[in-house]
Amino acid sequence: MTEIIEAGAYNFAYLDEQTKRMIRRAILKGIAVPGYQVPFASREMPMPYGWGTGGVQVTAACLVPEDRLKVIDQGADDTTNAVSIRRFFQRTAGVSVTEATTEATVIQTRHRIPETPLTEGQILVYQVPIPEPLRFLEPRETETRKMHELEEYGLMHVKLYEDIARHGQIATSYAYPVKVEGRYVMDPSPIPKFDNPKLSGNPAIQLFGAGREQRIYALPPWTEAVSLDFDDHPFETSKAPHDCDLCGARDSYLDEVITDDQGGRMFVCSDTDFCAGRRAKGHTGRLGEAA
Amino acid sequence: MIADALEGGFTEAPVQSARAFREILEAMARPGTIRRVQGAAPPQPLSVAAGVALLVLTDPTTRLHLAGQADCPAVRDWVAFHIGAPVVGAEEADFAVGTWAALQPVSRFRIGQPDYPDRSATLIVECDRLVNHGPALTGPGIETVSWLNLPETATFRANRSLFPLGFDCLFTAGQQIAGLPRSTRVENL
Repeated sequence: MTEIIEAGAYNFAYLDEQTKRMIRRAILKGIAVPGYQVPFASREMPMPYGWGTGGVQVTAACLVPEDRLKVIDQGADDTTNAVSIRRFFQRTAGVSVTEATTEATVIQTRHRIPETPLTEGQILVYQVPIPEPLRFLEPRETETRKMHELEEYGLMHVKLYEDIARHGQIATSYAYPVKVEGRYVMDPSPIPKFDNPKLSGNPAIQLFGAGREQRIYALPPWTEAVSLDFDDHPFETSKAPHDCDLCGARDSYLDEVITDDQGGRMFVCSDTDFCAGRRAKGHTGRLGEAA
Repeated sequence: MIADALEGGFTEAPVQSARAFREILEAMARPGTIRRVQGAAPPQPLSVAAGVALLVLTDPTTRLHLAGQADCPAVRDWVAFHIGAPVVGAEEADFAVGTWAALQPVSRFRIGQPDYPDRSATLIVECDRLVNHGPALTGPGIETVSWLNLPETATFRANRSLFPLGFDCLFTAGQQIAGLPRSTRVENL
């Protein structure tokens, strides 16, 4: 009991036990039907919607005191959202935290999958704003639910086709829809499509929490998630055609950073842990300094 | 109510149920893997693992079916005190606990609705032992193939053919627990 009092008199991992049981049941049903969005009674959290309330609730339901938690926001460990969620669980669950992907047992993420491959025993929790991949094509929940029921995903292919007709290629570059185990079309949250191949056949458990929209869904390990495409327009990943200016990585996803008002810019790894790890090993890019 | 019913729950529920859920999550996410759980001491004939699964997953909002020997005054009292789940018939149950024989016919249990496949039963199947030997399992959560001594295969194949509908199973024996979601393909090799 003492550890709970020292942690600020919160129940372990903030949520009450009945809420955690309800979330845990939803997670298990999500695991049983990969890609299907399970409704759950999302709670108000001490942070605004859009700051990862869904991910926080899923993380709270999964955490054990022995966990090492990593939180990233667009790949970065040191931005406001990541720092505040990490502190939240340090305070309410007493878990240790880390910025190293390889050391983490639970990783909560906003809009990226770490560059370093995940392993068995790790759980990746996504913060999801709009869980319904068909929502911008069909606003009515009753209709999209029926479309999932009937496996009627023609509308999504029409949308991708209209991209090709208008732009000559599939212009969707993030939140790129995937089909899970040949059944449900799923929104992988707004990760760049660069990350889509990492969804499929991943040894870690991937859980998705949408707080405002009250949905939880999941990809069990080694689950197939195929990015939708056409035979003559196959799915392609994309990234800025540069190397990282700090670590020189050629194969990582890059952020563009404006450095002055003279048109100066640099490209850096969005995954800060990956970039720092490479620099620690002596890799340097165009603007990087040797460690 | 007998005094024994007051014993056998978690002593530190938040942390014990968190640890147990992680084991159950790993078991369900990786069908065929056998995990260990502890912390509950339910009355006979329930196993430790079945008791833990009930404490972690059920509460007054989930309808529970006690099958066969599990439907006895001692278990009913224990469930009433520690969990508070309404005890119901098989057709209405969100969760059911009992041996595979006692749960028959499993076609009674809810398999969800086409638009809400999550509204299906979870069966906690009491076994004598769990070993990684027997029918071969493939599907989500399994890299190549895994094995588990399932009580039979025909029913699970029929359940898989209903996907995305179907019931999900947790198998329990002593402190051991294993999962078999509806998505798993079962083959007798």
